[in-house]
Amino acid sequence: MAMTLHVDIVSAEAEIFSGLAEMVFAPAEMGEVGIAPRHAPLLSRLNPGEVRVKLSDKESQAFFVSGGILEVQPHVVTVLADTAIRAKDIDEAAALEAKAKAEEALHDNSGKIDYAKAQAQLLEAMMQLRTLDRLRKRNS
Amino acid sequence: MAVGKEIRTQIGSIKNTQKITRAMEMVAASKMRKTKDRMEATRPYSKKISQIIKHLAYAKPEYQHPFLVEREVKRVGLIVISSDRGLCGGLNSNLFRKVLLQIRDWEQSNIEVDLCAIGNKASGFFSGINANIVGQVVKLGDTPHVEDIIGLIKIMLDAFYDNKIDALYVASNEFVNTMTQAPQLEELLPVKPHDLEEDLSGHWDYLYEPDARAVLDNLLERYIESIVYQGLVENNACEQAARMVAMKSASDNAGNIIDELQLVYNKARQAAITQEISEIVSGAAAV
Repeated sequence: MAMTLHVDIVSAEAEIFSGLAEMVFAPAEMGEVGIAPRHAPLLSRLNPGEVRVKLSDKESQAFFVSGGILEVQPHVVTVLADTAIRAKDIDEAAALEAKAKAEEALHDNSGKIDYAKAQAQLLEAMMQLRTLDRLRKRNS
Repeated sequence: MAVGKEIRTQIGSIKNTQKITRAMEMVAASKMRKTKDRMEATRPYSKKISQIIKHLAYAKPEYQHPFLVEREVKRVGLIVISSDRGLCGGLNSNLFRKVLLQIRDWEQSNIEVDLCAIGNKASGFFSGINANIVGQVVKLGDTPHVEDIIGLIKIMLDAFYDNKIDALYVASNEFVNTMTQAPQLEELLPVKPHDLEEDLSGHWDYLYEPDARAVLDNLLERYIESIVYQGLVENNACEQAARMVAMKSASDNAGNIIDELQLVYNKARQAAITQEISEIVSGAAAV
């Protein structure tokens, strides 16, 4: 029997593939790599592209990744796939947005006050109910 | 008949409330199943990535990443994950209480806190007490995606790179089971790899493509993101479970109140009838 390695392909939101394979091909950043069993430990970033898992001579499966990280241990290959399309400027924009939201909330929290008020009222109603309950128990 | 009109309307209104709480309970139950599935789906990724981080700790890389270096703590970053909506029992308040205690501890040892809030409740609560909120994300809904929280995490990671904060914590609820959710506070940065089951000691290192620095930057950032995301998804499951339990007890309570009111109503009605009969009888006897 041919030597096999264990392959796990996971993304942050789901497990995509897990099983034994003869060989794995992945779009590493420095060029496509093919990983056979007993490969030296390797850590690499992935480019968007196709990860191909060769299950046997006849059968192989392909998965698209939009980027991620590849880890190779002698008998284990792990592909951490990104689900989101990532780029430095997109991340930067997202950070600015989160910051802006915090500032906005500090200046204008009219929407939140109502919410808090509603909650306070609810709490009050709950306390009333509880008091009523206690009163009723005492009376009966 | 005028007897018990108030009681009848009260029973009616409580019945309406009970209908609402019962509907919310069922909605929460079905949502809980989905959120739990989602929580389980994210586990493989975080498990794998923490495994790689552990391997890394043994690989003795030639490049020391700032995330792996401990330094004196003067200011900490804290990410608080809460739900967007209320009516879920003490879920958020328990978490906030734990966070507040920790913040007070830090304050006593002169450590300042930068806060990031995920979810409406956290942002409302901590802006109410004038905490230093540096970023927030709200209204993520039931299916949060990683890209929703990237910005927030980047704020914290940038602050860590720039030495503005010296440690990063995340606070969220842990899903123990449907009845129990435990608030927890976890230290994310600096990364402390835990003990490894397999023995990988000895001198070896990864081959890095393109180079150690680029790969490690990328990997550690993803690691932090995955932990926060996992916390978010888990908190979601907690929210639904807590809401289900809270709404169930609300429906039960409403049922009890209705029973009691019904009893009071029946008694009053019977008393009125008896009184009327005795009036008629005594009237007839007088004639």
